[in-house]
Amino acid sequence: MAVNSVLPPSTGRRQVSYGTPLTYALALAIAAVSIAPVLYVVIGGFRTTPQIVADPAGLPDPFVWDNYARVLTQSNFWQQAFNSAVIALGTTLAVVVLGLAAAFVLARYSFRGREGLYTFFTLGLLFPAGAAILPLYLMLRDLNLINSYYAVILPQVAFSLPLTIVILRPFLSAIPRELEDAAAIDGASRLGFLWRVAMPLSRPALVTVGVLAFVASWNSFLLPLLVLSDVNLHTLPLGVQNFSSQYTTDTAGVLAFTSLAMLPALLFFTLAEKQIVGGLQGAVKG
Amino acid sequence: MTSANQIRMPAGGASASPAGPHRAGRDSARRADNRRKWYEIIGLTTPAVLIYVMFVLVPMGFAVYYSLFRWRGVGPPTEFVGLRNYTLAFQDPIFLDALRNNAIIVFGSLLIQGPIALGVALLLNRRFRGRAVFRLLVFVPYVLAEVTVGIMWKLLLTGDGTVDALLRSLGMGGLVQAWLADLDVVIWTLLAVLTWKYVGFAIILLLAGLSNVPDELTEAAAIDGASWWQIQRHVTIPLLGPTIRIWMFLSMIGSLQIFDMIWVTSVPAVRSLGASATMATYMVDNGFFARLWGYGNAVAVILFVISFVAALLFQRFLLRRDIEGAITGRAK
Repeated sequence: MAVNSVLPPSTGRRQVSYGTPLTYALALAIAAVSIAPVLYVVIGGFRTTPQIVADPAGLPDPFVWDNYARVLTQSNFWQQAFNSAVIALGTTLAVVVLGLAAAFVLARYSFRGREGLYTFFTLGLLFPAGAAILPLYLMLRDLNLINSYYAVILPQVAFSLPLTIVILRPFLSAIPRELEDAAAIDGASRLGFLWRVAMPLSRPALVTVGVLAFVASWNSFLLPLLVLSDVNLHTLPLGVQNFSSQYTTDTAGVLAFTSLAMLPALLFFTLAEKQIVGGLQGAVKG
Repeated sequence: MTSANQIRMPAGGASASPAGPHRAGRDSARRADNRRKWYEIIGLTTPAVLIYVMFVLVPMGFAVYYSLFRWRGVGPPTEFVGLRNYTLAFQDPIFLDALRNNAIIVFGSLLIQGPIALGVALLLNRRFRGRAVFRLLVFVPYVLAEVTVGIMWKLLLTGDGTVDALLRSLGMGGLVQAWLADLDVVIWTLLAVLTWKYVGFAIILLLAGLSNVPDELTEAAAIDGASWWQIQRHVTIPLLGPTIRIWMFLSMIGSLQIFDMIWVTSVPAVRSLGASATMATYMVDNGFFARLWGYGNAVAVILFVISFVAALLFQRFLLRRDIEGAITGRAK
């Protein structure tokens, strides 16, 4: 029975085996459904709009590079990619620095009100960013921050802090006391311990929270939509939406723009897949 | 005595020691260190606290205040209307449609993605060649921006577009619909697209949870003669409890706030009729674009209260469940 063989004898556990036909058929089907639409968009970018209209599900014949070339040379693609990168990197850096500082105190200092402060931060996990968007806009407007990178970075940092602290604190608490004592004997202050010992030791966790903050920022849409009306500050998600509503008849061009906008996220994800999954796992272990 | 030891001490502990000849010097050193400790605590946490209070808590407070006014967003709000914005919202059929759509997305996501993800994760819970590649591919829809995914499906689902052509070539032309324009169909189309985007996330999460289930338990059950299904039903799935509940929580909160995908995929006209509106799109349409700032903020408060209460209830429920079941409690 195919089903029984899912539990192999324990001797064969450790080595990587070939799966059963059922496993493969299932894995293949799920993977195909996940990836097929994306492939279609990428390949569709190599066709012309008349080709697509005539046969929506066909293959490029002949291959056209023109759409991609056009998007890369004539649209705001590069400007938008740059804006996305600045905002995502700024957000990530600030989240990691502020989150580490706060989590370090919450993990390694004992003081009156510590658990209260921690609860205060975890409460933020229950505050949906979407619900705050209107008052947030009004506040940023009054602070004269509309149409600046800060208008996106500051709220994103604020809303990423709770999860960052929740992931980092147990990691920092787990560093053995002996290391802290040894550092103190060697003359390191508590801040020296943070800088020389705790930070290097918690690098995996720092990478995880950094990656999560970066991806969230790179993909965010609602906040930039409201606070960045200046076209020169638009990020890639705004660019994709604008391009598609501006050139509704140019299906091939939209496909090309959409695939180019996917590319950075896909590349980044392939490089950081372990950290993302690891971070999610960490969140699950809670 | 090391300064490291003192970090562990409660704030008031240092002064509790009895006085002695050379206590005085040590006490003042301790007091100095204690003061330095507090400087560090304040210095390290203040930036995070400030930015968190300013951009997470304060805006929600303002939302409550603005929601009590009729206000076009210019100058300070003056026309106090009490709770009228709230009663107006619950009398607007479009808002009620938005509530219904959010409910469809919340429960639709849980009921469709949950069983699929659980089944796939259980069947794929073993090392096989190419598993890493599989994980990578299944995760692709989750990593892409909702906006990108939305535009992509909008193109695929246009009238006589790719999906329609594909259905016809498979002899299922009868299924062809006005996917995004038919007022009765659009919300289900959007639910299907959301399922496509987020089921991979559930699968990956559950596979990660499964890797924490010790082999010894399932092997012991197998030796005792349990069938594959009995093992899943009585050993694996109970141990997966915490993972499943966290996934449900994340899915629920995400569904209540859903905006990006709905905004770009469905046509504004369809949205304004309520067929594809959600609380978040309704809020932005009315508050930001129609400049009914007081009203929009009232909707924001409603969205917030619903999410917050749902989250609290779920956490209560989740927490209690995890404490009751000794095994699941320990597995956490």
